[in-house]
Amino acid sequence: MKQFLVFIKKEFAHVLRDRRTLLILFGLPVVQILVFGFALTNEVKNSRIVICDYANDESSQALIRKIEASEYFDAEKITLSYSDIEKSFKAGKIKAAVIFPVNFDNDLQHLHKAQIQIISDASDPNTGNTINNYLSTIITDYQRQMIENANIPLRVTTEIRMLYNPQLKAAHNFVPGVMALVLMLVCVMMTSISIVREKEMGTMEVLLVSPYRPILVILSKAVPYLLLSLVNVATILLLSVFVLELPIVGSVWLLFLESILFIITSLSLGLLISTRAKTQQEAMLISMMGMLLPTLIFSGFMFPVENFPLPLQLISNIVPARWYYIIVKTVMVKGLGFSAIWKETLILTGITFFLLVVSLRNFKKRLE
Amino acid sequence: MSIVEVNNITKTYNKGTVLATDSISFSVSEGELFGLIGPDGAGKTSIFRILTTLLLADSGTATVNGWDVVNDYSTIRNNIGYMPGKFSLYQDLSVEENLEFFATIFGTTIAENYHLIKDIYVQLEPFKDRRAGKLSGGMKQKLALCCALIHKPVVLFLDEPTTGVDPVSRKEFWNMLKRLKEQGITIIVSTPYMDEANLCDRIALMQNGKIMSIETPENIIKNYKKELWAVASPNMHSLLTDLREFELTESCYAFGDSLHLSFKEKNEDNRSKTLAFLGSRNHSSLEMNRINPGIEDCFISLMQQ
Repeated sequence: MKQFLVFIKKEFAHVLRDRRTLLILFGLPVVQILVFGFALTNEVKNSRIVICDYANDESSQALIRKIEASEYFDAEKITLSYSDIEKSFKAGKIKAAVIFPVNFDNDLQHLHKAQIQIISDASDPNTGNTINNYLSTIITDYQRQMIENANIPLRVTTEIRMLYNPQLKAAHNFVPGVMALVLMLVCVMMTSISIVREKEMGTMEVLLVSPYRPILVILSKAVPYLLLSLVNVATILLLSVFVLELPIVGSVWLLFLESILFIITSLSLGLLISTRAKTQQEAMLISMMGMLLPTLIFSGFMFPVENFPLPLQLISNIVPARWYYIIVKTVMVKGLGFSAIWKETLILTGITFFLLVVSLRNFKKRLE
Repeated sequence: MSIVEVNNITKTYNKGTVLATDSISFSVSEGELFGLIGPDGAGKTSIFRILTTLLLADSGTATVNGWDVVNDYSTIRNNIGYMPGKFSLYQDLSVEENLEFFATIFGTTIAENYHLIKDIYVQLEPFKDRRAGKLSGGMKQKLALCCALIHKPVVLFLDEPTTGVDPVSRKEFWNMLKRLKEQGITIIVSTPYMDEANLCDRIALMQNGKIMSIETPENIIKNYKKELWAVASPNMHSLLTDLREFELTESCYAFGDSLHLSFKEKNEDNRSKTLAFLGSRNHSSLEMNRINPGIEDCFISLMQQ
C-alpha cells in the first residue's frame, strides 16, 4: 500500500512539475469551452433576414424600425409569399424571416394580444437559435415599452419555426461534446505518454525488475489521471453553468459517475496504446489521430450520427465518446435519470471491459 | 559456488534475423566482480536483460542464485539490483525523491540499508534537493547505483554504468564497485572500455554475440603469445599505411600516440627489417619499442582469429 501511495505521489510530481503538461491538462478544457462557447456561437452579425409586413400599420412599422436598427441584422422589407420565402431559404439568401399578420395593430389594440411569426434556418442550429433569441429580445423589448406607455397588459407572442432542424439538435450540445473530447484527449494521451515515457527513459526496466507488480504500475498510473480528469469535468461544468449559463438539469452525481466510467474507458484506451507505441511521439500521434478525429466525427458532436451512411453509423457504435456524449446530453441538457441512459451506460461498460482486458493482456511483464 | 549460471543462451531479434547472443555460457562465483567486455552490439545488454528476466532467450537456460530466469522470475526480481544502460532515474524528481521512491518500491527504507550506499551517497548529499535531470553524468550514475543498491541485492547487474561519464568519475565509480565487492555483493558489469577490464576479477571478452575468452585479466594478457611493438614517427598516417603493406606485419593499428604492431612470426631480426623497410619508404626519426600488451591488444588479436 505504501508503495502504491509513493508511486501515485511520483506521478503527481511528474504532472505538476511539467508546465507543458499542466497547460494541456488544465488550459485545454478552459480554452475549448470558451472557444466553442463564444467564438463559434456568437458569430451572428449582419445576418440577412427578410421582414414580410402584411399588416403595414403603425405598430408593425415601429417594431420593424427597431429590428432594422439592430446591428445583428441586415433586414430587407419585402412582402413575399410563403413559397418565395422558402425559395430564399433554400437559396441560402436569408437566415430568417419575420412575418407580421394582417391585423397586427388591430389585434394589439383591441385584443391586447398579437402574433408574429419567426421562421429561421436551423440547418446551422447555433446561428438559427441565436437569431431567434435576438429577434425575441427585440420583440419583448418592444412589448415592454408598449406596456409602459399604454398601461394595458399587451402581449406580442412570437411563433418560432425552425426550418430543417426543428429540434435544434447540436445547439449548446458542444458542452457534452467538449467534455467527451477533453476527457478523451487528457486520459488517452496523458496515460499513454506517461507509460511510454517510462519505457523510453529505461525506468520501466527498473520497475519491472522490482517487487512492484506490473499491474500495480498501471493502476498507479491510472489513479492520478482519474483524479485530474475529474477536476477537468468539474471545471467544464462550472464554466458551462457560470460562464455559458447552460444549467445542469439532471443529477450532478449521476453525471460524475458516468464521467468516471468514461474516464476509465479512456484510460484503458491509453493503456492499450502504450502497449503498442515505442516512443512518446508515436503514442501522441496515435492518441491524436486515433482518438481526436473519431471523437470529433463519430460522437455526434459535430455532425448528427443519424445523417451518416449506414457503414459509418456502424463504425460510430464502437466509438466510446458517442455513448458518453449521449449520456451527458441526456443528463445535463434533458435532465433525465439513469433509467433513460442505462442502455448507453451498459454499452460503455462493455467497451471499457473489453479494452481493459485487451490492454492488460497486452501489457508485458517482460520487455518484448 | 557459482551464483549466476548461463548455459548455451541464444537470443535473436526480428524473428531470428538478428543474432544477439550465440550459445553463450559462463558462470559467476559468489562475491565476484565479473565484467562483460565488448564493443556496442556484442550482445552484452541482451545477456543482462535475459538474466534480469526482462527478455526470454530463444534457447538455453540461466539461473541467478539458483533461481531459473523463466520460472522463478518474480523471486529474481525481488532479489537483484539492476541498472540499465540508459539513465534510469526520474529526471523531474530530486535526488532524495528518486532514492526514496526506489527504496519504497523495493520494500525498504533509506535508513535500513544506509550503510550500503553511505560512501556513495555522502557525495550526493549536498545536491539532494536538486532534480536528477540537472546532475552531471557522473553524479547521475552514482545516484542510479544508489537506487540499484538500496535493497541490498544478492547480485548487482550494471549495464554500461560508465558510458558517457568523464574519466575521473569513471575511476571513482570503479572504486565504489570495489568497495561493494568487499561487502560481499556479487557484481556483473558490462563496459565497452577495455581499460576498465583490469579492474574486474574475471572478464568475458565478447564480439558479435559470442564470448571469445573468459579469464582473469592477467591470464588474458598472459595468453597473448606474440611480440608487440609500439612504433611512432612524425607522419603517423603514412606510417600506418606503409606498415600494413609490409610483408612481415600481422596487424597494425593506431593506439594513442603510437601504432601497435605485431608480426606473423617471431624473429630476432623483425625490428631491424621493419626499420629498414620504413627507411626505404622515407620515414625518419622513427621510434620502435617492445611493449607489454593490454586487454585491448588481446581483444583485437582474439577478434582477428
